[in-house]
Amino acid sequence: MAAMAEVVGRRARAGGVPPAFRSTVWFLAVVVSLVLAWELYKVVGKALEGTVPLPIRPDDTSMPHVWDILGELFTRRSPSEPILLVVLLRESMFTLREALLGFAFGTAVGFGLAVAFSQSRLLERSFMPYVVASQTVPLVAIAPIVVIWGAKIGWPVWVSVAIISAYLVFFPVTINTLRGLRSPDPTVLELMRSYAAGRGQTLWKVQVPAAMPFVFSALKISATASVVGALVGELPSSLNRGLGRALLTFMYTFVTGPEKLFAAILVASSLSLGLVAVIALVEHRVLGHRRLAG
Amino acid sequence: MTSAVAAAGVSKVFNPGTPEEVVALDGIDLEIATGEFVSLIGPSGCGKSTLLRLIADLVEPTSGTLTVNGKTPHEARLDRDYAMVFQRATLLEWRTVAKNVQLPLEIIGVDPDDRERRALEFLRLVQLDEFADHYPWQLSGGMQQRVAIARGLVFDPALLLMDEPFGALDEMTRERMQMELLDIWRSTGKTVVFVTHSIPEAVFLSTRIVVMSPRPGRITAVVDVDLPQPRDFDTREDPRYYEKMTEVREALRAAGVGGS
Repeated sequence: MAAMAEVVGRRARAGGVPPAFRSTVWFLAVVVSLVLAWELYKVVGKALEGTVPLPIRPDDTSMPHVWDILGELFTRRSPSEPILLVVLLRESMFTLREALLGFAFGTAVGFGLAVAFSQSRLLERSFMPYVVASQTVPLVAIAPIVVIWGAKIGWPVWVSVAIISAYLVFFPVTINTLRGLRSPDPTVLELMRSYAAGRGQTLWKVQVPAAMPFVFSALKISATASVVGALVGELPSSLNRGLGRALLTFMYTFVTGPEKLFAAILVASSLSLGLVAVIALVEHRVLGHRRLAG
Repeated sequence: MTSAVAAAGVSKVFNPGTPEEVVALDGIDLEIATGEFVSLIGPSGCGKSTLLRLIADLVEPTSGTLTVNGKTPHEARLDRDYAMVFQRATLLEWRTVAKNVQLPLEIIGVDPDDRERRALEFLRLVQLDEFADHYPWQLSGGMQQRVAIARGLVFDPALLLMDEPFGALDEMTRERMQMELLDIWRSTGKTVVFVTHSIPEAVFLSTRIVVMSPRPGRITAVVDVDLPQPRDFDTREDPRYYEKMTEVREALRAAGVGGS
Protein backbone atom coordinates (compact mmCIF):
# COMPACT_ATOMS: atom_id res chain seq x y z
CA MET A 1 0.00 0.00 0.00
CA ALA A 2 2.86 2.34 0.84
CA ALA A 3 4.35 1.72 -2.57
CA MET A 4 1.09 2.72 -4.19
CA ALA A 5 0.84 5.95 -2.25
CA GLU A 6 4.36 6.75 -3.40
CA VAL A 7 3.47 6.22 -7.04
CA VAL A 8 0.38 8.37 -6.78
CA GLY A 9 2.46 11.07 -5.11
CA ARG A 10 5.01 11.07 -7.88
CA ARG A 11 2.31 11.53 -10.51
CA ALA A 12 0.70 14.36 -8.59
CA ARG A 13 4.00 16.23 -8.26
CA ALA A 14 4.73 15.93 -11.97
CA GLY A 15 1.18 17.29 -12.53
CA GLY A 16 1.36 21.20 -12.05
CA VAL A 17 1.93 21.92 -15.76
CA PRO A 18 0.59 19.42 -18.29
CA PRO A 19 3.58 17.61 -19.84
CA ALA A 20 2.12 18.06 -23.33
CA PHE A 21 2.09 21.83 -22.83
CA ARG A 22 5.65 21.86 -21.56
CA SER A 23 6.99 19.82 -24.46
CA THR A 24 5.17 22.09 -26.93
CA VAL A 25 6.80 25.16 -25.36
CA TRP A 26 10.20 23.52 -25.61
CA PHE A 27 9.59 22.50 -29.19
CA LEU A 28 8.67 26.05 -30.16
CA ALA A 29 11.64 27.44 -28.24
CA VAL A 30 13.98 25.25 -30.26
CA VAL A 31 12.33 26.29 -33.55
CA VAL A 32 12.67 29.97 -32.67
CA SER A 33 16.33 29.49 -31.64
CA LEU A 34 17.15 27.77 -34.92
CA VAL A 35 15.50 30.55 -36.94
CA LEU A 36 17.38 33.18 -34.91
CA ALA A 37 20.69 31.34 -35.36
CA TRP A 38 20.09 31.14 -39.13
CA GLU A 39 19.33 34.86 -39.45
CA LEU A 40 22.09 35.86 -37.03
CA TYR A 41 24.62 33.95 -39.13
CA LYS A 42 23.47 35.90 -42.18
CA VAL A 43 23.77 39.28 -40.43
CA VAL A 44 27.14 38.57 -38.79
CA GLY A 45 28.39 36.81 -41.91
CA LYS A 46 27.60 39.80 -44.11
CA ALA A 47 29.46 42.12 -41.73
CA LEU A 48 32.52 39.87 -41.68
CA GLU A 49 32.52 38.87 -45.35
CA GLY A 50 35.97 39.26 -46.92
CA THR A 51 37.77 39.41 -43.56
CA VAL A 52 37.31 35.81 -42.37
CA PRO A 53 36.64 32.63 -44.38
CA LEU A 54 33.01 31.46 -43.90
CA PRO A 55 31.91 27.82 -44.41
CA ILE A 56 28.66 28.90 -46.09
CA ARG A 57 28.19 32.19 -47.90
CA PRO A 58 25.59 34.27 -46.06
CA ASP A 59 23.98 35.66 -49.22
CA ASP A 60 20.33 35.14 -50.10
CA THR A 61 21.07 32.48 -52.72
CA SER A 62 22.93 30.09 -50.41
CA MET A 63 20.84 30.93 -47.35
CA PRO A 64 17.53 32.61 -48.12
CA HIS A 65 15.69 34.40 -45.32
CA VAL A 66 13.38 32.22 -43.29
CA TRP A 67 10.43 34.50 -44.12
CA ASP A 68 11.21 34.19 -47.81
CA ILE A 69 11.15 30.40 -47.52
CA LEU A 70 7.82 30.52 -45.71
CA GLY A 71 6.53 33.12 -48.14
CA GLU A 72 7.40 30.84 -51.04
CA LEU A 73 5.11 28.19 -49.58
CA PHE A 74 2.18 30.53 -50.15
CA THR A 75 3.22 31.69 -53.63
CA ARG A 76 1.90 30.32 -56.95
CA ARG A 77 4.59 29.31 -59.42
CA SER A 78 2.18 30.03 -62.28
CA PRO A 79 -1.34 31.47 -62.32
CA SER A 80 -2.83 28.07 -63.19
CA GLU A 81 -1.28 26.37 -60.15
CA PRO A 82 -2.28 26.45 -56.50
CA ILE A 83 0.21 27.81 -53.95
CA LEU A 84 3.43 25.82 -53.47
CA LEU A 85 2.34 24.45 -50.08
CA VAL A 86 -0.70 22.78 -51.66
CA VAL A 87 1.42 21.45 -54.52
CA LEU A 88 3.95 20.02 -52.07
CA LEU A 89 1.25 18.52 -49.85
CA ARG A 90 -0.24 16.76 -52.88
CA GLU A 91 3.16 15.37 -53.78
CA SER A 92 3.60 14.41 -50.11
CA MET A 93 0.47 12.30 -50.23
CA PHE A 94 1.91 10.43 -53.20
CA THR A 95 5.19 9.89 -51.36
CA LEU A 96 3.36 9.01 -48.16
CA ARG A 97 1.58 6.16 -49.92
CA GLU A 98 4.93 4.72 -50.99
CA ALA A 99 6.43 5.29 -47.56
CA LEU A 100 3.50 3.65 -45.75
CA LEU A 101 3.55 0.57 -47.96
CA GLY A 102 7.32 0.37 -47.55
CA PHE A 103 6.95 0.84 -43.81
CA ALA A 104 4.35 -1.92 -43.52
CA PHE A 105 6.25 -4.31 -45.75
CA GLY A 106 9.64 -3.57 -44.16
CA THR A 107 8.25 -3.89 -40.65
CA ALA A 108 6.65 -7.24 -41.46
CA VAL A 109 9.86 -8.58 -42.99
CA GLY A 110 12.00 -7.15 -40.18
CA PHE A 111 9.76 -8.64 -37.50
CA GLY A 112 9.62 -12.00 -39.26
CA LEU A 113 13.40 -12.17 -39.53
CA ALA A 114 13.79 -11.28 -35.85
CA VAL A 115 11.36 -14.02 -34.80
CA ALA A 116 13.14 -16.55 -37.02
CA PHE A 117 16.55 -15.54 -35.64
CA SER A 118 15.28 -15.71 -32.05
CA GLN A 119 14.22 -19.31 -32.61
CA SER A 120 17.46 -20.53 -34.15
CA ARG A 121 21.02 -19.43 -33.49
CA LEU A 122 21.98 -21.28 -36.66
CA LEU A 123 19.60 -19.19 -38.75
CA GLU A 124 20.90 -16.04 -37.08
CA ARG A 125 24.54 -16.98 -37.66
CA SER A 126 23.84 -17.90 -41.28
CA PHE A 127 21.78 -14.89 -42.32
CA MET A 128 22.61 -12.02 -39.97
CA PRO A 129 25.82 -11.12 -41.87
CA TYR A 130 23.75 -10.59 -45.03
CA VAL A 131 21.21 -8.50 -43.16
CA VAL A 132 24.05 -6.26 -41.97
CA ALA A 133 25.77 -6.27 -45.36
CA SER A 134 22.53 -5.23 -47.05
CA GLN A 135 22.74 -1.89 -45.27
CA THR A 136 26.28 -1.18 -46.43
CA VAL A 137 25.17 -1.13 -50.08
CA PRO A 138 24.26 2.47 -50.98
CA LEU A 139 20.56 2.90 -51.52
CA VAL A 140 21.16 5.01 -54.66
CA ALA A 141 22.87 1.98 -56.22
CA ILE A 142 20.01 -0.36 -55.46
CA ALA A 143 17.12 1.96 -56.25
CA PRO A 144 17.50 1.93 -60.07
CA ILE A 145 17.83 -1.87 -60.10
CA VAL A 146 14.63 -2.30 -58.13
CA VAL A 147 12.82 0.13 -60.41
CA ILE A 148 14.00 -1.69 -63.54
CA TRP A 149 13.19 -5.14 -62.16
CA GLY A 150 9.83 -3.91 -60.90
CA ALA A 151 9.00 -2.58 -64.36
CA LYS A 152 9.90 -5.96 -65.91
CA ILE A 153 7.62 -7.77 -63.45
CA GLY A 154 4.91 -5.25 -64.18
CA TRP A 155 4.56 -3.52 -60.80
CA PRO A 156 3.35 0.05 -60.72
CA VAL A 157 6.39 2.28 -60.21
CA TRP A 158 5.21 3.51 -56.82
CA VAL A 159 5.22 -0.09 -55.55
CA SER A 160 8.88 -0.41 -56.61
CA VAL A 161 9.59 2.78 -54.68
CA ALA A 162 7.85 1.24 -51.67
CA ILE A 163 10.16 -1.79 -51.93
CA ILE A 164 13.17 0.54 -51.90
CA SER A 165 11.71 2.20 -48.81
CA ALA A 166 11.18 -1.20 -47.18
CA TYR A 167 14.85 -1.95 -47.75
CA LEU A 168 15.75 0.79 -45.28
CA VAL A 169 12.89 0.01 -42.91
CA PHE A 170 13.44 -3.67 -42.12
CA PHE A 171 16.95 -3.39 -40.70
CA PRO A 172 16.32 -1.41 -37.49
CA VAL A 173 13.19 -3.50 -36.90
CA THR A 174 15.15 -6.75 -37.13
CA ILE A 175 17.99 -5.62 -34.88
CA ASN A 176 15.81 -4.06 -32.18
CA THR A 177 13.10 -6.71 -32.19
CA LEU A 178 15.66 -9.48 -31.89
CA ARG A 179 17.18 -7.74 -28.91
CA GLY A 180 13.71 -7.35 -27.41
CA LEU A 181 12.83 -11.00 -27.96
CA ARG A 182 15.96 -11.93 -26.03
CA SER A 183 15.28 -9.42 -23.25
CA PRO A 184 13.10 -11.50 -20.88
CA ASP A 185 14.63 -12.47 -17.57
CA PRO A 186 16.01 -16.06 -17.76
CA THR A 187 13.94 -16.86 -14.68
CA VAL A 188 10.75 -16.03 -16.59
CA LEU A 189 11.84 -18.44 -19.31
CA GLU A 190 12.41 -21.09 -16.62
CA LEU A 191 8.95 -20.35 -15.30
CA MET A 192 7.52 -21.02 -18.76
CA ARG A 193 9.57 -24.21 -18.96
CA SER A 194 8.20 -25.32 -15.60
CA TYR A 195 4.68 -24.98 -17.08
CA ALA A 196 5.83 -27.18 -19.98
CA ALA A 197 4.97 -24.29 -22.30
CA GLY A 198 5.68 -24.76 -26.01
CA ARG A 199 8.06 -22.53 -27.95
CA GLY A 200 5.17 -20.74 -29.59
CA GLN A 201 3.53 -20.05 -26.24
CA THR A 202 6.75 -18.67 -24.80
CA LEU A 203 7.23 -16.57 -27.92
CA TRP A 204 3.75 -15.00 -27.94
CA LYS A 205 3.08 -14.76 -24.22
CA VAL A 206 6.53 -13.66 -23.03
CA GLN A 207 9.04 -12.78 -25.73
CA VAL A 208 6.88 -10.71 -28.07
CA PRO A 209 5.24 -8.62 -25.32
CA ALA A 210 8.67 -8.07 -23.75
CA ALA A 211 9.99 -6.92 -27.13
CA MET A 212 7.28 -4.29 -27.67
CA PRO A 213 9.20 -1.31 -26.21
CA PHE A 214 12.14 -2.27 -28.45
CA VAL A 215 9.82 -2.62 -31.44
CA PHE A 216 8.41 0.85 -30.93
CA SER A 217 11.89 2.36 -30.74
CA ALA A 218 12.64 0.64 -34.03
CA LEU A 219 9.39 1.83 -35.59
CA LYS A 220 10.28 5.45 -34.88
CA ILE A 221 13.63 5.03 -36.64
CA SER A 222 11.95 3.10 -39.44
CA ALA A 223 9.24 5.68 -39.96
CA THR A 224 11.81 8.35 -40.85
CA ALA A 225 13.75 5.80 -42.89
CA SER A 226 10.60 4.92 -44.83
CA VAL A 227 10.23 8.54 -45.94
CA VAL A 228 13.92 8.84 -46.86
CA GLY A 229 13.67 5.56 -48.77
CA ALA A 230 10.61 6.75 -50.69
CA LEU A 231 12.26 10.10 -51.52
CA VAL A 232 15.44 8.45 -52.78
CA GLY A 233 13.45 5.74 -54.55
CA GLU A 234 11.57 8.34 -56.58
CA LEU A 235 14.76 9.83 -58.03
CA PRO A 236 15.75 7.11 -60.53
CA SER A 237 12.14 6.30 -61.36
CA SER A 238 10.24 7.62 -64.35
CA LEU A 239 7.65 9.10 -61.98
CA ASN A 240 6.79 12.74 -62.40
CA ARG A 241 5.06 12.69 -59.03
CA GLY A 242 6.25 12.70 -55.46
CA LEU A 243 8.17 14.84 -53.04
CA GLY A 244 11.50 13.32 -54.09
CA ARG A 245 10.82 14.36 -57.67
CA ALA A 246 9.94 17.88 -56.43
CA LEU A 247 13.19 18.05 -54.42
CA LEU A 248 15.14 17.06 -57.52
CA THR A 249 13.40 19.70 -59.66
CA PHE A 250 14.03 22.44 -57.10
CA MET A 251 17.66 21.34 -56.82
CA TYR A 252 18.13 22.10 -60.52
CA THR A 253 16.59 25.54 -60.09
CA PHE A 254 18.39 26.25 -56.81
CA VAL A 255 20.38 29.20 -58.13
CA THR A 256 17.32 31.06 -59.38
CA GLY A 257 14.98 30.09 -56.55
CA PRO A 258 16.65 28.52 -53.51
CA GLU A 259 13.58 29.17 -51.33
CA LYS A 260 11.63 26.41 -53.10
CA LEU A 261 14.15 23.71 -52.20
CA PHE A 262 14.22 24.77 -48.57
CA ALA A 263 10.42 24.90 -48.54
CA ALA A 264 10.27 21.35 -49.94
CA ILE A 265 12.77 20.19 -47.31
CA LEU A 266 10.54 21.66 -44.59
CA VAL A 267 7.54 19.77 -45.92
CA ALA A 268 9.53 16.52 -46.23
CA SER A 269 10.75 16.82 -42.62
CA SER A 270 7.22 17.54 -41.43
CA LEU A 271 6.07 14.36 -43.12
CA SER A 272 8.61 12.24 -41.18
CA LEU A 273 7.85 14.12 -38.00
CA GLY A 274 4.16 13.43 -38.45
CA LEU A 275 4.76 9.70 -38.86
CA VAL A 276 6.96 9.54 -35.77
CA ALA A 277 4.31 11.44 -33.81
CA VAL A 278 1.64 8.93 -34.84
CA ILE A 279 3.85 6.05 -33.70
CA ALA A 280 4.60 7.77 -30.40
CA LEU A 281 0.86 8.14 -29.89
CA VAL A 282 0.22 4.46 -30.60
CA GLU A 283 3.12 3.54 -28.34
CA HIS A 284 1.61 5.53 -25.51
CA ARG A 285 -1.73 3.78 -25.95
CA VAL A 286 -0.20 0.31 -26.16
CA LEU A 287 2.55 0.57 -23.53
CA GLY A 288 1.22 3.39 -21.36
CA HIS A 289 0.33 1.09 -18.46
CA ARG A 290 3.82 -0.39 -18.24
CA ARG A 291 6.13 1.04 -15.67
CA LEU A 292 9.18 1.43 -17.88
CA ALA A 293 7.33 2.62 -20.97
CA GLY A 294 8.28 5.83 -22.71
CA MET B 1 2.13 -44.70 -1.46
CA THR B 2 4.72 -43.15 -3.75
CA SER B 3 6.94 -40.40 -2.40
CA ALA B 4 6.56 -36.86 -3.66
CA VAL B 5 10.31 -36.80 -4.26
CA ALA B 6 12.78 -39.67 -4.14
CA ALA B 7 16.49 -39.17 -4.86
CA ALA B 8 19.06 -41.96 -4.77
CA GLY B 9 22.76 -41.27 -5.32
CA VAL B 10 22.00 -38.08 -7.26
CA SER B 11 24.95 -35.96 -8.28
CA LYS B 12 25.36 -32.96 -10.52
CA VAL B 13 28.60 -31.81 -12.11
CA PHE B 14 28.63 -28.54 -14.05
CA ASN B 15 31.10 -28.15 -16.95
CA PRO B 16 32.49 -31.69 -16.56
CA GLY B 17 35.97 -32.25 -17.93
CA THR B 18 36.80 -28.54 -18.13
CA PRO B 19 38.87 -26.32 -15.81
CA GLU B 20 35.56 -24.77 -14.66
CA GLU B 21 34.26 -28.16 -13.47
CA VAL B 22 32.10 -27.80 -10.36
CA VAL B 23 30.63 -30.66 -8.36
CA ALA B 24 27.40 -29.00 -7.27
CA LEU B 25 25.83 -32.08 -5.71
CA ASP B 26 27.31 -35.42 -4.67
CA GLY B 27 25.53 -38.59 -3.56
CA ILE B 28 22.20 -37.11 -2.59
CA ASP B 29 19.76 -39.57 -1.01
CA LEU B 30 16.50 -38.02 0.01
CA GLU B 31 12.89 -39.09 0.29
CA ILE B 32 10.07 -36.59 0.73
CA ALA B 33 6.62 -37.95 1.55
CA THR B 34 3.43 -36.45 0.16
CA GLY B 35 2.18 -33.59 2.33
CA GLU B 36 5.52 -32.85 3.97
CA PHE B 37 7.02 -29.40 4.29
CA VAL B 38 10.74 -29.88 3.78
CA SER B 39 13.31 -27.10 3.86
CA LEU B 40 16.73 -27.32 2.26
CA ILE B 41 19.16 -25.19 4.22
CA GLY B 42 22.83 -24.45 3.80
CA PRO B 43 25.24 -21.72 2.80
CA SER B 44 25.63 -20.37 -0.72
CA GLY B 45 27.12 -22.97 -3.05
CA CYS B 46 25.82 -25.99 -1.14
CA GLY B 47 23.66 -26.96 -4.11
CA LYS B 48 20.27 -26.50 -2.45
CA SER B 49 18.93 -24.49 -5.39
CA THR B 50 20.48 -26.97 -7.81
CA LEU B 51 18.66 -29.81 -6.05
CA LEU B 52 15.40 -27.91 -6.38
CA ARG B 53 16.09 -27.30 -10.07
CA LEU B 54 16.85 -31.01 -10.57
CA ILE B 55 13.43 -31.85 -9.11
CA ALA B 56 11.89 -29.24 -11.44
CA ASP B 57 13.68 -30.71 -14.48
CA LEU B 58 15.29 -27.34 -15.17
CA VAL B 59 18.66 -29.13 -15.05
CA GLU B 60 19.43 -32.83 -15.43
CA PRO B 61 21.35 -34.96 -12.94
CA THR B 62 24.80 -36.23 -13.94
CA SER B 63 24.16 -39.55 -12.19
CA GLY B 64 21.74 -41.24 -9.81
CA THR B 65 18.00 -41.63 -9.99
CA LEU B 66 15.41 -39.04 -9.15
CA THR B 67 11.64 -39.45 -9.21
CA VAL B 68 8.89 -36.89 -8.67
CA ASN B 69 5.46 -38.31 -7.87
CA GLY B 70 6.84 -41.67 -8.98
CA LYS B 71 7.77 -40.35 -12.44
CA THR B 72 10.92 -38.95 -13.97
CA PRO B 73 11.24 -35.20 -13.35
CA HIS B 74 10.70 -34.69 -17.08
CA GLU B 75 7.37 -36.53 -17.04
CA ALA B 76 6.37 -34.74 -13.86
CA ARG B 77 7.10 -31.39 -15.51
CA LEU B 78 5.06 -32.28 -18.59
CA ASP B 79 2.22 -33.40 -16.29
CA ARG B 80 2.50 -30.07 -14.42
CA ASP B 81 2.92 -31.86 -11.12
CA TYR B 82 4.76 -28.97 -9.52
CA ALA B 83 4.84 -25.19 -9.40
CA MET B 84 7.98 -23.18 -8.99
CA VAL B 85 8.17 -19.98 -6.94
CA PHE B 86 11.37 -17.99 -7.29
CA GLN B 87 13.08 -15.43 -5.06
CA ARG B 88 11.84 -12.69 -7.36
CA ALA B 89 8.14 -12.70 -8.18
CA THR B 90 8.87 -12.79 -11.96
CA LEU B 91 5.47 -11.35 -12.81
CA LEU B 92 4.92 -10.20 -16.39
CA GLU B 93 4.83 -6.40 -16.20
CA TRP B 94 2.39 -6.00 -19.09
CA ARG B 95 -0.26 -8.21 -17.47
CA THR B 96 -2.61 -7.30 -14.68
CA VAL B 97 -2.41 -9.26 -11.44
CA ALA B 98 -5.39 -11.40 -12.52
CA LYS B 99 -3.87 -12.04 -15.95
CA ASN B 100 -0.56 -13.01 -14.35
CA VAL B 101 -2.31 -15.60 -12.20
CA GLN B 102 -4.12 -16.90 -15.29
CA LEU B 103 -0.88 -17.43 -17.21
CA PRO B 104 -0.35 -21.13 -16.37
CA LEU B 105 -4.05 -21.81 -17.05
CA GLU B 106 -3.72 -20.22 -20.50
CA ILE B 107 -0.77 -22.47 -21.25
CA ILE B 108 -2.61 -25.55 -20.06
CA GLY B 109 -5.59 -24.53 -22.20
CA VAL B 110 -8.28 -23.87 -19.59
CA ASP B 111 -11.23 -21.97 -21.08
CA PRO B 112 -11.43 -18.23 -20.34
CA ASP B 113 -14.41 -18.22 -17.95
CA ASP B 114 -12.87 -20.95 -15.84
CA ARG B 115 -9.55 -19.12 -15.90
CA GLU B 116 -11.03 -15.94 -14.52
CA ARG B 117 -12.98 -17.73 -11.83
CA ARG B 118 -10.00 -19.76 -10.62
CA ALA B 119 -7.60 -16.83 -10.72
CA LEU B 120 -9.94 -14.82 -8.55
CA GLU B 121 -10.40 -17.74 -6.17
CA PHE B 122 -6.65 -17.99 -5.55
CA LEU B 123 -6.21 -14.23 -5.38
CA ARG B 124 -8.78 -14.35 -2.59
CA LEU B 125 -6.69 -17.04 -0.89
CA VAL B 126 -3.68 -14.69 -0.79
CA GLN B 127 -6.02 -11.76 0.03
CA LEU B 128 -5.31 -9.82 -3.13
CA ASP B 129 -8.63 -10.14 -4.96
CA GLU B 130 -9.11 -6.37 -4.67
CA PHE B 131 -5.93 -5.89 -6.68
CA ALA B 132 -6.92 -8.14 -9.57
CA ASP B 133 -6.88 -5.28 -12.08
CA HIS B 134 -3.68 -3.65 -10.83
CA TYR B 135 -0.37 -3.98 -12.61
CA PRO B 136 2.59 -5.61 -10.82
CA TRP B 137 4.52 -2.33 -10.46
CA GLN B 138 1.65 -0.92 -8.40
CA LEU B 139 2.20 -3.62 -5.76
CA SER B 140 4.77 -3.90 -2.97
CA GLY B 141 7.36 -6.69 -3.02
CA GLY B 142 5.40 -8.80 -0.54
CA MET B 143 2.19 -8.43 -2.52
CA GLN B 144 3.99 -9.36 -5.74
CA GLN B 145 5.30 -12.52 -4.10
CA ARG B 146 1.77 -13.41 -2.95
CA VAL B 147 0.64 -13.06 -6.56
CA ALA B 148 3.45 -15.43 -7.55
CA ILE B 149 2.23 -17.94 -4.96
CA ALA B 150 -1.35 -17.64 -6.23
CA ARG B 151 -0.02 -18.19 -9.75
CA GLY B 152 1.78 -21.31 -8.49
CA LEU B 153 -1.30 -22.75 -6.80
CA VAL B 154 -3.88 -21.88 -9.44
CA PHE B 155 -3.36 -24.99 -11.56
CA ASP B 156 -3.44 -27.26 -8.52
CA PRO B 157 0.01 -28.86 -8.67
CA ALA B 158 0.78 -31.54 -6.10
CA LEU B 159 4.15 -30.05 -5.29
CA LEU B 160 5.30 -26.52 -4.53
CA LEU B 161 9.00 -25.85 -5.17
CA MET B 162 10.09 -22.59 -3.57
CA ASP B 163 13.53 -21.08 -4.07
CA GLU B 164 14.10 -18.54 -1.28
CA PRO B 165 10.71 -17.01 -2.00
CA PHE B 166 10.87 -14.58 0.91
CA GLY B 167 14.58 -13.82 0.64
CA ALA B 168 14.04 -10.34 -0.79
CA LEU B 169 11.38 -9.25 1.72
CA ASP B 170 11.77 -7.26 4.92
CA GLU B 171 11.54 -9.11 8.22
CA MET B 172 7.97 -8.09 9.11
CA THR B 173 6.55 -8.94 5.69
CA ARG B 174 8.53 -12.13 5.75
CA GLU B 175 7.02 -13.36 9.00
CA ARG B 176 3.51 -12.55 7.80
CA MET B 177 4.17 -14.38 4.53
CA GLN B 178 5.42 -17.41 6.45
CA MET B 179 2.16 -17.57 8.38
CA GLU B 180 0.16 -17.27 5.18
CA LEU B 181 2.18 -19.97 3.50
CA LEU B 182 1.57 -22.32 6.42
CA ASP B 183 -2.17 -21.63 6.21
CA ILE B 184 -2.10 -22.44 2.52
CA TRP B 185 -0.04 -25.57 3.09
CA ARG B 186 -2.47 -26.79 5.76
CA SER B 187 -5.59 -26.01 3.76
CA THR B 188 -4.39 -27.44 0.44
CA GLY B 189 -2.32 -30.41 1.61
CA LYS B 190 0.45 -29.66 -0.91
CA THR B 191 3.96 -31.00 -0.55
CA VAL B 192 6.38 -28.11 -0.19
CA VAL B 193 10.12 -28.14 -0.86
CA PHE B 194 11.50 -24.85 0.39
CA VAL B 195 15.02 -23.53 -0.14
CA THR B 196 16.25 -21.02 2.43
CA HIS B 197 19.37 -19.91 4.24
CA SER B 198 17.47 -18.64 7.24
CA ILE B 199 17.48 -20.95 10.27
CA PRO B 200 14.41 -19.38 11.99
CA GLU B 201 12.44 -19.56 8.75
CA ALA B 202 13.31 -23.22 8.20
CA VAL B 203 12.42 -24.19 11.77
CA PHE B 204 9.16 -22.25 11.83
CA LEU B 205 7.89 -23.64 8.52
CA SER B 206 9.16 -27.17 8.16
CA THR B 207 8.25 -30.62 9.25
CA ARG B 208 11.78 -31.65 8.28
CA ILE B 209 14.98 -29.73 7.56
CA VAL B 210 17.66 -31.02 5.23
CA VAL B 211 21.05 -29.53 6.17
CA MET B 212 23.56 -29.27 3.34
CA SER B 213 27.26 -28.40 3.04
CA PRO B 214 29.17 -26.98 0.10
CA ARG B 215 31.95 -28.18 -2.23
CA PRO B 216 30.74 -30.70 -3.05
CA GLY B 217 27.09 -30.25 -2.09
CA ARG B 218 26.09 -33.01 0.32
CA ILE B 219 23.35 -33.71 2.81
CA THR B 220 25.04 -33.69 6.24
CA ALA B 221 22.02 -33.94 8.52
CA VAL B 222 18.26 -34.22 8.53
CA VAL B 223 16.45 -32.57 11.43
CA ASP B 224 12.86 -33.54 12.25
CA VAL B 225 10.90 -30.55 13.48
CA ASP B 226 8.17 -31.95 15.73
CA LEU B 227 6.88 -28.60 16.93
CA PRO B 228 3.10 -28.73 17.34
CA GLN B 229 0.81 -27.82 14.44
CA PRO B 230 -0.79 -25.48 13.59
CA ARG B 231 2.06 -23.07 14.17
CA ASP B 232 1.39 -19.44 15.01
CA PHE B 233 2.89 -16.50 16.84
CA ASP B 234 3.30 -18.56 20.00
CA THR B 235 5.48 -21.05 18.16
CA ARG B 236 8.17 -18.39 17.85
CA GLU B 237 8.19 -18.06 21.64
CA ASP B 238 8.18 -21.79 22.37
CA PRO B 239 11.43 -22.97 24.03
CA ARG B 240 11.40 -26.00 21.72
CA TYR B 241 11.57 -23.58 18.77
CA TYR B 242 14.89 -22.29 20.11
CA GLU B 243 16.11 -25.83 20.80
CA LYS B 244 15.42 -26.72 17.17
CA MET B 245 17.21 -23.62 15.93
CA THR B 246 20.23 -24.58 18.02
CA GLU B 247 20.08 -28.10 16.65
CA VAL B 248 20.08 -26.85 13.06
CA ARG B 249 22.85 -24.36 13.81
CA GLU B 250 24.94 -27.16 15.36
CA ALA B 251 24.31 -29.33 12.32
CA LEU B 252 25.47 -26.53 10.03
CA ARG B 253 28.58 -26.01 12.15
CA ALA B 254 29.34 -29.73 12.18
CA ALA B 255 29.19 -29.60 8.41
CA GLY B 256 32.07 -27.14 8.52
CA VAL B 257 29.96 -24.14 7.70
CA GLY B 258 30.78 -22.15 10.83
CA GLY B 259 28.44 -20.30 13.17
CA SER B 260 25.86 -17.91 11.90
